[in-house]
Amino acid sequence: MRNARWLVPTCLGISLLMFLCAPFLIDAAPQEVTMGVVQKIFYFHVPSAITAMLSAIVCGVASAFFLARRQPLADHVALAAAELVVLFGAIVLVTGPLWARKAWGVWWVWEARLVITLIMWMLFVAYLMLRRFGGPGSDVLSSAVGLFGAVLVPFVYWSVNMWRTMHPTTSVVPTLKAPMMIPFLWALSAFLMLYVPLLMVRVRLEQGRAALDQAYLALED
Amino acid sequence: MTGVLRAAWQIARKDLVIEARSRELASMTLFFAVACILVFAFAFVDDMGRPLPGAAAGILWVAIAFSGTLALGRTFERERQSETLRALLLAPVERPAVYLGKLSALLVLMLAVELVVVALVGLLFDAPLGAAPWMLSGLLLSGTIGFAAVGVLFAAMLVRTRTRDVLLPVLLYPVTVPVVIAGVKGTQAIFAPDPNLDLAAMWLAMLISFDAAFITLSLWTFGPVMSE
Repeated sequence: MRNARWLVPTCLGISLLMFLCAPFLIDAAPQEVTMGVVQKIFYFHVPSAITAMLSAIVCGVASAFFLARRQPLADHVALAAAELVVLFGAIVLVTGPLWARKAWGVWWVWEARLVITLIMWMLFVAYLMLRRFGGPGSDVLSSAVGLFGAVLVPFVYWSVNMWRTMHPTTSVVPTLKAPMMIPFLWALSAFLMLYVPLLMVRVRLEQGRAALDQAYLALED
Repeated sequence: MTGVLRAAWQIARKDLVIEARSRELASMTLFFAVACILVFAFAFVDDMGRPLPGAAAGILWVAIAFSGTLALGRTFERERQSETLRALLLAPVERPAVYLGKLSALLVLMLAVELVVVALVGLLFDAPLGAAPWMLSGLLLSGTIGFAAVGVLFAAMLVRTRTRDVLLPVLLYPVTVPVVIAGVKGTQAIFAPDPNLDLAAMWLAMLISFDAAFITLSLWTFGPVMSE
């Protein structure tokens, strides 16, 4: 982790540049026929949703690893990933209703994907609450919660295809034509490029905290 | 495997004997479930005193979820108060046996409470309980298993935390909401004026897949979480 110090500023720089260019690419992309300009929010909504789901999986895998091996690094990664699920999930839950207000005429509809995305987001908020208020041993307890959160991810992904729903299905993205696909992939890369350094910085912060706690304990002994 | 099941049966029997003698959880859970039905009855009944369409299924499952949380909080609290939790964990049995034993005892309790709650919902909200009794029983059984599978794990791991009373529902509801949704939707399909059993069967299949995922994860997680 320490050898890769250069990775964080590099990724952040690339991500910043990509986010600066993204509006121009999104503006240049053709307008969707039925929804018009409103559809453009899709270029930020879907990548943030993918990043949030990816982060939930990272949290789940790290939690499982921590439960099995009890390596502090796995716990730090799980905590960092859980915070990022909440962050990117919040972007999804803000951009979604903005789009829905124009496309469906309402801010929120109680249907499968919206509900299960909200549930997943709430579960990771609950994870952070457990970390904050659970007291000693909450790292082990929260890893069980993180594991359950990751299990919800496939249900989020498939919910639109399994259940009758108003939300566009998951087959929309793979069938995008090149003029729309390029800005979409650009935005997705920008989000992932932002995700990696955020995760690393947060893990490093947690490692620092753990080292500080150790130092305090050593001083008291 | 038989050793695990035998140990689980011993633990479940212990809990059920305590419950049969004290009737503490059964009476409190049942009373709370009835109180839930009463509270919701006022929200989901129109001016003519008739229940809104689909309300009966929702009220039934909310009563099950809320009263189940109450029972969950107490199952491990009892062990903590009498300081038998450590003894239970030190017992020379596999950790999953403790989980399965606690889960079985809780399931028996919740299903017993549900018998009364379902009858009461049928009576007060004119729900057609006889429309598809086997399908309804399947939904209730699989939904309760899914809810209790996660609930027992969370209640066990929170038993040593100071804020367990608040944290249990905070953690439990987001995870079990999919189970409650599937239960409500399936029951609504049965209670509808024109019952749709195919739809109910789809929700039942989803509940069973949730149960399989939740029980597998809980069995695997229970040991590491309760190891200290």
